[in-house]
Amino acid sequence: MGFFGRLKAVFQSILGKKHVRIGIYGPPNAGKTTLANRIARDFSGDVVGSVSEIPHETRRAQRKDNVVIQNGASSLTIDIIDTPGIATKVDFHDFMEHGMNEEDSKRRAKEATEGVIEAIRWLDNVDGVILLMDSTRNPFTQVNVTIIGNLEARDLPVLIAANKIDLDGSTPATIKSAFSQHEVIPISALTGYNIDTLYEGMVKVFGKGRRK
Amino acid sequence: MTDVKVNLVSSQKLESMSAEEKISYILREVKQGEVLVLERGLTPQEQSQLIERTMESIDTDGKKHKFIGIEMEGYRDDGRPTWLQKVLGVIRPPRMTVIGPADKLKTIHKDNDVIQTIILGK
Repeated sequence: MGFFGRLKAVFQSILGKKHVRIGIYGPPNAGKTTLANRIARDFSGDVVGSVSEIPHETRRAQRKDNVVIQNGASSLTIDIIDTPGIATKVDFHDFMEHGMNEEDSKRRAKEATEGVIEAIRWLDNVDGVILLMDSTRNPFTQVNVTIIGNLEARDLPVLIAANKIDLDGSTPATIKSAFSQHEVIPISALTGYNIDTLYEGMVKVFGKGRRK
Repeated sequence: MTDVKVNLVSSQKLESMSAEEKISYILREVKQGEVLVLERGLTPQEQSQLIERTMESIDTDGKKHKFIGIEMEGYRDDGRPTWLQKVLGVIRPPRMTVIGPADKLKTIHKDNDVIQTIILGK
């Protein structure tokens, strides 16, 4: 990004936008599609994609356009981009451990590697990011660090959602401690717990100055 | 059990390379089974480029000496860039990073101050 592009990004972050494209990012199995479905269902009655316990279920970016998020007197129109999980390794044997046959596992692995590349390339085409982390897992992973670093370098607004707080062993406080310079909102995308706080945060962070 | 080479790479060596050269160098060494400890790690953009190139290199057809990806762990920068740094595009120097083949280098624990890994000889 050139000097004027960076300057424009800084002014946009101050003045706000009317319609934003929001990417949902995170490692595999963080619950990205569950969250995308939750947002789409709450505001448009639709879903974005299928979910699975097997990693890399989402292997192509999926989108849902023109979702209007309402939060009291404020609203924000977003295009949701549900991105494939970002990983640094993909081993087809991992899919076989979930009961898939070898041929399907290899195909899934190939598609998963392509999905990771697509997710990274989408970073150049989003206005903001919800970084979803599984709060039952250690958040200090290089994938999380790399995503955060790229967002900061691009000056993209980010909300961190500490997902799966309905599960035993969830420690959203660890995520808050690891990424204390960013807003962290504990949620359960599955049950909808605290999801209104996330919507409030989305309107505030991604739509600064936007009023209905 | 086979030996695993661990290369401690100086910041001077890395600074003498372009981003493309760094990524090609890292991937070449890691695909040969070596573990690299970089005195100065990669910028976030370089890290994402390395992940992209890694994904392109992964063997998904199950050959005997397959490459399944990398394990990479490094320390974060301290704090967010300032307003002026954002406008000027100043990139702060990355911190120490360890990178190795995913089937040999495993992260046991990582927090803000400690990265614990084990290296598996096969």
